[in-house]
Amino acid sequence: MRLNRIKEMAMQGVFLLTAITSIAAVVLICIFLFYNGVPAITEIGFLNFVGGQKWAPTNVPASYGILNMIIGSIYVTAGAVVVGVPIGVLTAVFLARFCPAPLYKVLKPATELLAGIPSIVYGFFGLMVIVPFIREHFGGGSSLLAASFVLGIMILPTIIGVSESAIRAVPESYYEGALALGATRERSVFKAILPASKSGILAGVVLGTGRAIGETMAVILIAGNQVQIPSSLTDGVRTLTANIVLEMGYSTGLHRQALIATGVVLFVFILIITLSMQAIKSRSEKYG
Amino acid sequence: MDKFTIKNMNLYYGDFHALKNVELNMQEKRITAFIGPSGCGKSTLLKSLNRMNDLVEGCKITGDIKLNGEDIYGSMDVNILRKRVGMVFQKANPFPMSVYDNIAFGPRTHGIKNKRELDRIVEETLRDAAIWDELKDRLKKSALGLSGGQQQRLCIARALAVKPEVLLMDEATSALDPVSTGKIEELCLRLKDKYTIIMVTHNMQQALRISDKTAFFLLGEMIEYNDTDLIFSSPQDKRTEEYITGRFG
Ligand SMILES: Nc1ncnc2c1ncn2[C@@H]1O[C@H](COP(=O)(O)OP(=O)(O)OP(=O)(O)O)[C@@H](O)[C@H]1O
Ligand SMILES: [Mg+2]
Repeated sequence: MRLNRIKEMAMQGVFLLTAITSIAAVVLICIFLFYNGVPAITEIGFLNFVGGQKWAPTNVPASYGILNMIIGSIYVTAGAVVVGVPIGVLTAVFLARFCPAPLYKVLKPATELLAGIPSIVYGFFGLMVIVPFIREHFGGGSSLLAASFVLGIMILPTIIGVSESAIRAVPESYYEGALALGATRERSVFKAILPASKSGILAGVVLGTGRAIGETMAVILIAGNQVQIPSSLTDGVRTLTANIVLEMGYSTGLHRQALIATGVVLFVFILIITLSMQAIKSRSEKYG
Repeated sequence: MDKFTIKNMNLYYGDFHALKNVELNMQEKRITAFIGPSGCGKSTLLKSLNRMNDLVEGCKITGDIKLNGEDIYGSMDVNILRKRVGMVFQKANPFPMSVYDNIAFGPRTHGIKNKRELDRIVEETLRDAAIWDELKDRLKKSALGLSGGQQQRLCIARALAVKPEVLLMDEATSALDPVSTGKIEELCLRLKDKYTIIMVTHNMQQALRISDKTAFFLLGEMIEYNDTDLIFSSPQDKRTEEYITGRFG
């Protein structure tokens, strides 16, 4: 009897410990980021940092404006969404509602495999296939366009996976209700099922956005990395993540801290994305 | 006049023989009720009339079902058939959108885009379904916020909005309280001036109150079909009698 009780408490202790580990990891990362990043932001000045267009950490005097990179990250992410969302959502619709079973057995693992490919491989693919293609047809090469396209593909598995389960979660009665009014199969899917699953699909899109904005390796290889606000799709662009990786190796002092502060900005973006994700979830719980 | 004529109809779910040699004519602008114990095939027959059974894999139908003399399993377009033969389900299934969009769904499906025209149809069908007064201030609100009874009447209105000839109702009141049930029964009695109604019910009183004709089914066979008052006052078949007097099923 007593032994059981001790066992139970021990198990509870183990569970608590594991739960605390992941929370501790998040908290520690936060502390590390802000502890190292925030002083740099205060030293540079918040507005000079996030609003400054000049990034010249090796100049004397140095300037640390990351606006170009912020905009770069936003552009690249938006581009990925423009490419990835229509393809991803339509694929999810196909998988959930139209795909014959034998084909599903092939397609579904294929979309999952897409998630398992290391990002450096996506980068290679972009570098060897997409960039030359763009250079040949549109001029430029490593560019916002190349990064958007490759990132768009990279976020597909997230969008497809989440959207497909959202679509499958819609009660069949909506589909039948639409058919019974004389709607075609396609119309019933797109006008009755899809609207009913929109908050789930939106969650998938937000999750994909988070993946795109944080992506680093693939982007470095194909985005060109020029510190500038691109004026066309074929211009090069540098993202926040690329900025950190490219310069971390040789940076020292305030430069190094400014890079960590860049990480803080990235973290804030991710935070916003996660919070909007939570908001969507609680909203959909309320309104079905 | 006969709206639906069913001749020598058999239905199989895979190997399972769910409906056996059904012969039945249903009259225009009348209410026909299907009764019978659970699993006897009432819903199956009802769903054959607007071909919702097409969704069931392995469902096979032989024999004839004619709507106004036209074979519905022949060259008739299934979407046109479903526009002509509307359906109300056991569990109210309004779409998760506004009341207005629920009603407008059908007309939009069939090509009506004009806002004024849609406004007119929405008002007219809600009046037809006797819930205009309850809902006229909530047209833009989500249909999921309505009460169960209101949702079901909304679904009836939604079905009426495409101007069907026939309305199929599968135990449409079984999930509702007596007051809501009463409203829907009243509605049916009013609607039969314009529509042919075919309903499945487990509620004998309901069949007796509102239907003109009643068909009794047992184990996939139609046992007896007659004027409702005759079925209930002097059933010809012993099994019908046993069922309606509650000694059975
Ligand atoms: N999709 C299906 N696949 C296989 N068998 C089915 C299917 N739908 C119904 N059946 C079978 O067909 C028979 C008739 O079913 P049906 O739903 O028509 O009965 P019902 O008379 O409507 O019963 P209830 O009063 O319970 O609604 C039952 O034995 C049922 O198990
Ligand atoms: Mg049934």
